[in-house]
Amino acid sequence: MSSSSAFNDEKGGSSSVGEPEYGHDPASGGIFSSDYKRHDDLKEMLDSNKDSLKLEAMKRIVAMIARGKNASDLFPAVVKNVACKNIEVKKLVYVYLVRYAEEQQDLALLSISTFQRGLKDPNQLIRASALRVLSSIRVTIIVPIMMLAIKEAASDMSPYVRKTAAHAIPKLYSLDPEQKDQLIEVIEKLLADKTTLVAGSVVMAFEEVCPERIDLIHKNYRKLCNLLIDVEEWGQVVIINMLTRYARTQFLNPNINESLLEEGGGGEKTFYGSDEDEDEDDEEKEKEKKVEAAAMAKRKPYVMDPDHRLLLRNTKPLLQSRNAAVVMAVAQLYFHLAPKAEVGVIAKALVRLLRSHSEVQYVVLQNVATMTIKRRGMFEPYLKSFYIRSTDPTQIKILKLEVLTNLANETNISTILREFQTYIKSMDKDFVAATIQAIGRCATNIGEVRDTCLNGLVQLLSNRDELVVAESVVVIKKLLQMQPEKHSDIIKHMAKLTDNIQVPMARASILWLIGEYCEHVPKIAPDVLRKMAKSFTNEEDIVKLQILNLAAKLYLTNSKQTKLLTQYVLNLAKYDQNYDIRDRARFIRQLIVPTEKSGALSKYAKKLFLALKPAPVLESPFKDRDHFQLGSLSHLLNAKAGGYQELPDWPETAPDPSVRNVEVPEWTKCSSREKRKEKKVEKPFYSDSEGESGPTESADSESDSASGSESGSGSEGSGTGSESEESEEASVSEEEDEEEEKKTKKRESKKPVQESESEQSSEEEDRKRERKSKQRKSESESESDEEEDSESDSSQSESEDSESEAEIKKKKKAAESKPPSKPVKKDTKKEKKEMSLLDLDDFEPTPSPQVTPVNNLLSNSLVTDLEGLSLSDAVLSPATIAPSSALKSYELLHRITGEGLSVEYCFSRQPFSPDANMVAVQMHFTNNSTSDTKNLHMEDVKLQSGMRVKDFPEIELLPAGEKATAVMGIDFCDSTQAANFQLCTHTRKFFVSIQPPVGELMRPVFLTENEFKKEQGQLMGMNEIAEKLTLDAKCRNEHAIVQRVTTAANLSRVPCGSDKECRFAGRTVTSGSLVLVTVASREEGAAQLMVNCEKMLIGTMLVKDILLALTQ
Amino acid sequence: MIHSLFLINASGDIFLEKHWKSVVSRSVCDYFFEAQERATEPENVPPVIPTPHHYLISVLRHRIYFVAVIQSEVPPLFVIEFLHRVVDTFQDYFGVCTEAAIKDNVVVVYELLEEMLDNGFPLATESNILKELIKPPTILRTMVNTITGSTNVGEQLPTGQLSVVPWRRTGVKYTNNEAYFDVVEEIDAIIDKSGSTITAEIQGVIDACVKLTGMPDLTLSFMNPRLLDDVSFHPCVRFKRWEAERILSFIPPDGNFRLLSYHVSSQNLVAIPVYVKHNITFREGSSQGRFDLTLGPKQTMGKAVESVLVSSQLPRGVLNANLNPSQGTYTFDPVTKLLTWDVGKINPQKLPSLKGTMNLQAGASKPDENPTINIQFKIQQMAISGLKVNRLDMYGEKYKPFKGIKYMTKAGKFQVRT
Repeated sequence: MSSSSAFNDEKGGSSSVGEPEYGHDPASGGIFSSDYKRHDDLKEMLDSNKDSLKLEAMKRIVAMIARGKNASDLFPAVVKNVACKNIEVKKLVYVYLVRYAEEQQDLALLSISTFQRGLKDPNQLIRASALRVLSSIRVTIIVPIMMLAIKEAASDMSPYVRKTAAHAIPKLYSLDPEQKDQLIEVIEKLLADKTTLVAGSVVMAFEEVCPERIDLIHKNYRKLCNLLIDVEEWGQVVIINMLTRYARTQFLNPNINESLLEEGGGGEKTFYGSDEDEDEDDEEKEKEKKVEAAAMAKRKPYVMDPDHRLLLRNTKPLLQSRNAAVVMAVAQLYFHLAPKAEVGVIAKALVRLLRSHSEVQYVVLQNVATMTIKRRGMFEPYLKSFYIRSTDPTQIKILKLEVLTNLANETNISTILREFQTYIKSMDKDFVAATIQAIGRCATNIGEVRDTCLNGLVQLLSNRDELVVAESVVVIKKLLQMQPEKHSDIIKHMAKLTDNIQVPMARASILWLIGEYCEHVPKIAPDVLRKMAKSFTNEEDIVKLQILNLAAKLYLTNSKQTKLLTQYVLNLAKYDQNYDIRDRARFIRQLIVPTEKSGALSKYAKKLFLALKPAPVLESPFKDRDHFQLGSLSHLLNAKAGGYQELPDWPETAPDPSVRNVEVPEWTKCSSREKRKEKKVEKPFYSDSEGESGPTESADSESDSASGSESGSGSEGSGTGSESEESEEASVSEEEDEEEEKKTKKRESKKPVQESESEQSSEEEDRKRERKSKQRKSESESESDEEEDSESDSSQSESEDSESEAEIKKKKKAAESKPPSKPVKKDTKKEKKEMSLLDLDDFEPTPSPQVTPVNNLLSNSLVTDLEGLSLSDAVLSPATIAPSSALKSYELLHRITGEGLSVEYCFSRQPFSPDANMVAVQMHFTNNSTSDTKNLHMEDVKLQSGMRVKDFPEIELLPAGEKATAVMGIDFCDSTQAANFQLCTHTRKFFVSIQPPVGELMRPVFLTENEFKKEQGQLMGMNEIAEKLTLDAKCRNEHAIVQRVTTAANLSRVPCGSDKECRFAGRTVTSGSLVLVTVASREEGAAQLMVNCEKMLIGTMLVKDILLALTQ
Repeated sequence: MIHSLFLINASGDIFLEKHWKSVVSRSVCDYFFEAQERATEPENVPPVIPTPHHYLISVLRHRIYFVAVIQSEVPPLFVIEFLHRVVDTFQDYFGVCTEAAIKDNVVVVYELLEEMLDNGFPLATESNILKELIKPPTILRTMVNTITGSTNVGEQLPTGQLSVVPWRRTGVKYTNNEAYFDVVEEIDAIIDKSGSTITAEIQGVIDACVKLTGMPDLTLSFMNPRLLDDVSFHPCVRFKRWEAERILSFIPPDGNFRLLSYHVSSQNLVAIPVYVKHNITFREGSSQGRFDLTLGPKQTMGKAVESVLVSSQLPRGVLNANLNPSQGTYTFDPVTKLLTWDVGKINPQKLPSLKGTMNLQAGASKPDENPTINIQFKIQQMAISGLKVNRLDMYGEKYKPFKGIKYMTKAGKFQVRT
């Protein structure tokens, strides 16, 4: 084999590239020509006009590169073809360039212009590939060009190009670390990207360039968590690892309390518990006590940060990934971040990985071994999955053994030992030796089985295999040290072995044992020394040292019998070749043989030699490995690898969690805003708070697309759905400005309220807000006309959207102090605040008089309702006209837990006036107690990301026996996640949560039959869920069906020609996605239910709910 | 991330190298060769080898070492998983992943590696995307290419990378629309001397071959989904739907793929379909040993146990074996001491047996280890866990596809200790 490949190497590319080309190509006839000539004909081929010849030549050149042959002298000939039309030739030229450009920097510059042209290509894939090659050419001169290209690509419209830009960042960084600051800016920008395609790559760049800039993550944390499941698998690994580190700096240790509890129970445990556990506990105890003391001082029970919870929740499904690296990443995240009670979930997934390739097993087992030391219980149920098969490679066997040993406790030790017994009979001697050591460790850790193990090991001493015996001796030695007095017969037995055993380590161990416990075997010891003295010269060094030790100890305890022998041995050692042994002999002689010169030390000789020695601790080599992040290379090697980022310790107090709130970037980046002012294309407000649009829409990219080639944005349209939307919006942006003004005028004339506001605010502020509302309007307009009427609330909601949560909090306070009947006033307050933060100069303290648009709002909804009424069945009316009577009430607080205060809530199905994106929740408070309840308000709202809550106004007094009603608004973000908060009275706080049925997450819209069908046609495939059902006996007429469906979900009926079909339509409250429901009844109560909804989750849940409503 | 990749064959030649960043000299592989020398068996080369300036992470498949060179901290599994993905891709493209196949297709290999990693970070590893970028070589295409001078590189730019369904390419067309699913279960078991089960678990996979036009949306439901409590999915499976309804809902990739793999570990659930009666003894002082092995079916639900293959590593002291099989053939390799017995199908009426004597080295003492017996078998039309597919539905396309489901049980790592 090797000779043949050597032959190929000499012949170069022509012969081994592959038969086809060589067979058909006349030019490759030069197999036998010299190297120089062969390159000549390659050059000729590259210069020819025929693509096929060029391709042929490039293939041969690439084959040379692949085999590591030098092809650099062809550089000029190859680089000429960089602009070749043939795609494959081009690609191969790229391959060549990337390989050799570093060596031929000057010539490589010839190709740059081609790539620069490529960067401007209308096709995103060509732009991407140009950037990819450009950034892969490691030529320092082009650093500025690369920087420019990356910056440009980072704001490209195509997410794929942005992804490539993210990839290019570490390349440029490794080429020129000076660029770090500029690159960080690009990273910061790309981190804000909201597409899954970019997320993984940019975090990779972040990790390579600036892993210490954890502050860049804050604002993107929640987004990353939420995107995670859709990111490609490699990106997932990088993101999870980074988030693990991030979480360690930002959240509190979830196990603070539990570790304390465990400590209490630890008393019983430690008796059996392995020694290492104890040690660790001790260390940890100290630490934890401090932490605990601090925590206790504050009297603050641990409550997990919702963001911490978010991370844990969103990574958990990834345990089911097919990619072992992803599973491992999640496992280490849980190990390092999750509360103890929850870590267990990772065990199953890790055990599953053990079926994978042996390399995967190797890495997983290393990590499992570390985990089992800290969290033994987690893997105990899977003990048998670690049993060893005779076909496992030795390194896997040894790791499994390690895990089994770590898992051993008093309950399973007997099964484990039985298993070990079969292992000892294995043919793999390295493995047998490891098994014996494992038995030794079990014996030291679990006191009950120490004698059994010892007996077993002693039996092994008569094994035929010397290695087995030797290993047993070493282990027995360690065990005997624990209680030597009981085992003098074993020592005697081992003394006899010195005749047979040749393995030096074992001999040394026996000698040491006899020396150490010579008082237990007074008769045998001198005899052993005699034999050893005889063979001294032929022994290995470690054995010689132990002979000297034995002699010295015997001289001290039994000098009468051994004096001469000791002298003899010392004399032999004096002339040994090894200086260690000579030194030792001299040292011992001075110490034990009293002469007139010997000082005070010899008096203490006995103490020196026969001091009580502590028993050795047999511990796992994996003991302290968990200070490395699990799953990392450093952990595997147990040494810090280059570029390893330490896993930080938990902070003692949590840093401010509000940094993760996504806020308006304005006042953090004031300067950049100033620059952009001129461009008139500012709408970061919108894009940041809404989270619907990619960063392409941010100011820079728009200006780019406006100034750059229009064809670029045009071609984008042919991309995928989401993209085309983006590009459309971007390309429209120019005209928008003009149109905007018209529209604003129109709107202003309609809405005096708005006008008065905008008059107050500065021009710039005004423009921005108009823009937002316009955008919103244009969107909603395209969706349906219905939105137009509700403009007033949409504009209001925007203003809320755009505010940071911090502000909302402020607002809440303001809101609490105000009576509920004047929501609009609050709004003006908000507007004010917002303005004040944005433009201090323009702030005017006097609020202008406002007209309450409540009526407007109500009439709004009424209009829609009435529209529905006029055309659809009258049953609809109870849902909208008389909301509270027919609505289902849910209990929020029972009067017993509430100490007399009971609270019920229902979804009123009224639009929530302060914010159209919120679901109105009506709360009914009843005070059943005998005393008054005061200051009823809510606090400490715990929400999933994206959700928002508008508190109900504080109820100052609720006299005994009285009832009260209040309305709060919750933006559930179109999910059925619960909103958790505390209900506070003047004396108590109650933890409560509101979870909406899916049917309440929507509001009715009116559609005509044709519109309905059109919309339905667009929501096919994945968005359509159909289910067959049998209608409940009481629900077989149209009337009943309509009633039940509208009770289950807040939908409006769509008029329909056929009485066999009932159709309903609605939109989800937050995102406004259409929800279309069709119930088609057939004979005998059979029916089909069909739900079309863009949000599949909502669709699925809705199907369930309606199904339930119709069948019961 | 990954700096360079070296492919090394069994005889220690580096036959391919690829660098994604600056060139790393191939002399770095010397550290690998050192480790290889230290390891007694090829599979005992440690997967991660630290060297002064680099780290070598390797996988061994098809007797080729794929050695990746790493310069800084990176999760080792990340690299290992990627290397396996590379091998899978080669296998997918060339049918086999051998040194010869790689050398024959060196240009395609290079193009693939170029697309799979960018600056050492995985870029496109999904086989559907890669196949759009670089067409796999077939005999026909090679012929056509050589005549017409066209290329293996896709003319169109890949759109898959940009789509929300990256695993499926658009515009798929078939005249026969078919979807086949194979439920394959492997039993891993250790049976002890007395015949009782020490550990047994089932590792199952559902492999699919889907050739459907357009963008079909499939749902697959099971009679007893509760069996599947430990699963891993192809990324196409909608996880939420599974969580909520225990239904697999997915837009399938085009062609062959692994839909899911699952693991059934609860011991009492696992039926062991064969039993082994064995009597392998060596007597002290005698240079002969007895060998007696009988196989029989149990708990097979009436299905035949086929393709049975028994292998056993006999102790080193055994010189020769003189055995007599009641059916099938046996071989004994006196160098590796590996005994293999190709049994074929087990006939419950006439149980297959292998009896005879083993000759030991003269004067050698009785070996103190007992050989382990590894068994391979296949049972068609049965999933030993009892998993059953309920139905397969297709949405989103109008035509009626042809659907098929096949069950099979195999022995995985099935060992009997003696």
